[in-house]
Amino acid sequence: MTVSPIKKVAQATPVPMARRIRGLSDRTIAWIFVAPTIFLLLTVNIFPLIWTIRLSFTNFRVNRPNNDVEWIGLRNYERILTDPGIWSTMQATAHFLIWTIVLQVLIGFTLAFLINKKFKGNDLWTTIIVFPMMLSPAVVGNFWTFLYQPQIGLFNYVIAFFTGADPASFSMIGDVNLAPWAIVIADTWMWTPFVMLICLAGLRSIPDSIYEAAECDRASKWRQFWTITIPMALPFLMLAVLFRGIENFKMFDLVVQLTGGGPGNTTTLTSIDLKREAFERWRTGYSSAYAVILFVTVFGLASIYVKALNKVKER
Amino acid sequence: MSFSATEPSIRTKWFAGLLVIGYAIVTLIPLLWIIATGFKSPADSIAYPPVVVFEPTLEGYVNLFTDRTRATEQMLDDAGPPTTWYEQIARDRGTVISGPSRYSERFLNSVIIGFGSTALCMILGTMAAYAFSRFKVPLKDDLLFFILSTRMMPPIAVAIPIFLMFRNLGLNDTHLGMILLYTAVNLSLSVWLLKGFIDEIPVEYEEAALIDGYTRFQAFYKVVLPQAATGIASTAIFCLIFAWNEYAFAVLLTSGNAQTAPPFIPTIIGVSGKDWPAVAAGATIFLVPVMVFTILLRKHLLRGITFGAVRK
Repeated sequence: MTVSPIKKVAQATPVPMARRIRGLSDRTIAWIFVAPTIFLLLTVNIFPLIWTIRLSFTNFRVNRPNNDVEWIGLRNYERILTDPGIWSTMQATAHFLIWTIVLQVLIGFTLAFLINKKFKGNDLWTTIIVFPMMLSPAVVGNFWTFLYQPQIGLFNYVIAFFTGADPASFSMIGDVNLAPWAIVIADTWMWTPFVMLICLAGLRSIPDSIYEAAECDRASKWRQFWTITIPMALPFLMLAVLFRGIENFKMFDLVVQLTGGGPGNTTTLTSIDLKREAFERWRTGYSSAYAVILFVTVFGLASIYVKALNKVKER
Repeated sequence: MSFSATEPSIRTKWFAGLLVIGYAIVTLIPLLWIIATGFKSPADSIAYPPVVVFEPTLEGYVNLFTDRTRATEQMLDDAGPPTTWYEQIARDRGTVISGPSRYSERFLNSVIIGFGSTALCMILGTMAAYAFSRFKVPLKDDLLFFILSTRMMPPIAVAIPIFLMFRNLGLNDTHLGMILLYTAVNLSLSVWLLKGFIDEIPVEYEEAALIDGYTRFQAFYKVVLPQAATGIASTAIFCLIFAWNEYAFAVLLTSGNAQTAPPFIPTIIGVSGKDWPAVAAGATIFLVPVMVFTILLRKHLLRGITFGAVRK
């Protein structure tokens, strides 16, 4: 019966010494590793949020720091929800949200479906299509105003070339009826690749064997598309819609550069309206309440949607 | 050639390929137009019909990097002959260069804030992701969800108190303030992505290292970090691109000293009216690096844009 020398040494080592050799306990390391992240998120994300909620019950104005700050209860919320201006903003946002999502899903899914036919060089072309969504929306949005110029703009020229209209006769960002579509077009150009990439992942996740089985059962291509492709890609498609929905509800940079919310208030999305209230009219308390309402809306809608998404996934 | 029920026919492939390439070309036109406009003369840039073939000039780039003033004949005579090629370009337009423009400063700000916040974010993010991946952290799921939900807030909504907080701390319009802010915004993305990458590394590697006498710290940076290098690199590029492109916070919280390029580029104005070639030149210099990064990232794109929800 021999005890290995290593074991002998290990048993002889006093406990505190052993701990020093092994280093800190896992628990301590876990806390050391997580703490800075939590601290930064608390100070830069959560603390401001709580401050926003607190300010939303007051009449505080940043540009008048010497005025007395009064606690006015729910008055800010009342004023926002009864303001007819808010509803026109919501309408503009809804128009933007619905149309960008519809167009991006249709075009994005079609592109993914075509790329999934695995033609030669599809990787290269996929990467090229992805470019717009990686770029700075503010810089690109600013340049789109140049493309949309009446007479000299490339967009107007191309449209005029195909329709025979006079390129100086319409202004995409100056016309009340066209401006909401101008932002939809630019956003669709920019973000369709996002939906495409997610759909492509969905299509690639469908095993070939299912199609082979369907082929054996003599199911038509059309039937295969509706009973295999669509249901199996649906969770991915819904995920894409969720991401686009949240992002476009927050939309600020692209649209503010394109139209600045005009003409009139036709493209004043909620974020732009909020920015005006908070940083141009300096109604800090009022805009804090506005921010809380927006956050609750996004959070609520997203939670309901995620529940629906999980149901689809389980099927 | 083997026949397979799922392999599309040659004709289908051709058809699909043509449609996709057609879309790709249409979608590239605005980007190519930006690059082309940067090399146009002001007259060419606003010509009708739009010109595709033109004589390239560096005037846009000269205008981007310099401030110029209109000069009278007298002033031109006094100034003597132009000594450099860029001065020559300015003289041809009847202007003299009065000094460098602010573009290079703003671009440098973008570089400092972008790389600074990315570095900080990767250090904090890797550690947090490792802890979430390997240890039992109390309330782990709640913490992870909390980290993700910070991304749902509209930037303008949190900008109000951040503006107030930064003003009290003297961080308004400083590089440090913007670096901390972008780090916090990017942390959620990087923790989620990095946790996914670290989850994929087998725990056995570390266990072997621990048995060999490594401490946890040594196992972390000698075993886990090299294994996760690709994941860390692609996460870093995502953070960098975000900080590079960010506009809402930048326009609200910076005005001069720490202003980045996105709020600055749209404000570029020439001697008489909007100088589109200069704007396009500024945009080109700013956008091309991101295109290069996109090519480098293409394998991990999907993961990054979906917060690791879709891994492929």
